[in-house]
Amino acid sequence: MNEIDARPRLRVPSQAARDEVVQIRALITHPMENGSRVGPDGAVVPRHIIHRFLCTFNDQKVLDMDIGPSISANPYLEFDARVPASGRFYFEWYDDNGAIYRESASIEVT
Amino acid sequence: MRLSRRRTLTLGMAGAAIAMLPVPGGADAAQDDDLIARFTGGAETVSGPLTMDAPSVAENGASVTISVECPGAVSIRVLALANPTPVICTFTFGPLSGSHRVSTRIRLAESQEVIALARMEDGSFAEARAHVSVTLGGCT
Repeated sequence: MNEIDARPRLRVPSQAARDEVVQIRALITHPMENGSRVGPDGAVVPRHIIHRFLCTFNDQKVLDMDIGPSISANPYLEFDARVPASGRFYFEWYDDNGAIYRESASIEVT
Repeated sequence: MRLSRRRTLTLGMAGAAIAMLPVPGGADAAQDDDLIARFTGGAETVSGPLTMDAPSVAENGASVTISVECPGAVSIRVLALANPTPVICTFTFGPLSGSHRVSTRIRLAESQEVIALARMEDGSFAEARAHVSVTLGGCT
């Protein structure tokens, strides 16, 4: 069972003033199997987590996070970003199985 | 140096006091220091610029919301030394990071002190700790 139904959910404001600091909330559905849990068959369930999260805005980094097995299932993040101009946030979640889940959200500077 | 009777007594008492001090750190403490030093390179940490919010009591160790904030930080690492995998996560802030504040949900295997370490722009390090009592340990 290596395929995961990982669905990102974002909350990003659609408008901001120039250089305003906006709050971003990002969640992705994922079991975050930590590799030390024993399954119903008595065998250890192998580790399968999202090990990295990256947020950029117009090719500039906002937040890069190295993730270990002690992050809860359905990793949730709340952080702030400064918006220098209109553009698009890109979000990437890196899965142990090699998959990269991507999502984006645009914001308009008024 | 001439040893007076008074001086000899003082020295003896000081020596006894030092001998009675607990040996700093057993094997566990050494490992803990090592985990901290892996981030700080063994540098001294200050408290102040880095703040951490964590509940003093968490009913469910599988999901404990914590937040860290440190203006001027390049990166922040969060450690839970009593967890099987003590390094929880490391945040690295980019030029568009607004306030260097992040909130996330972590797993805690048992009651313990959560440690946050921040590397500042000038190369110094900051530290914050918060004790969380866990009612039901999270499967970490």
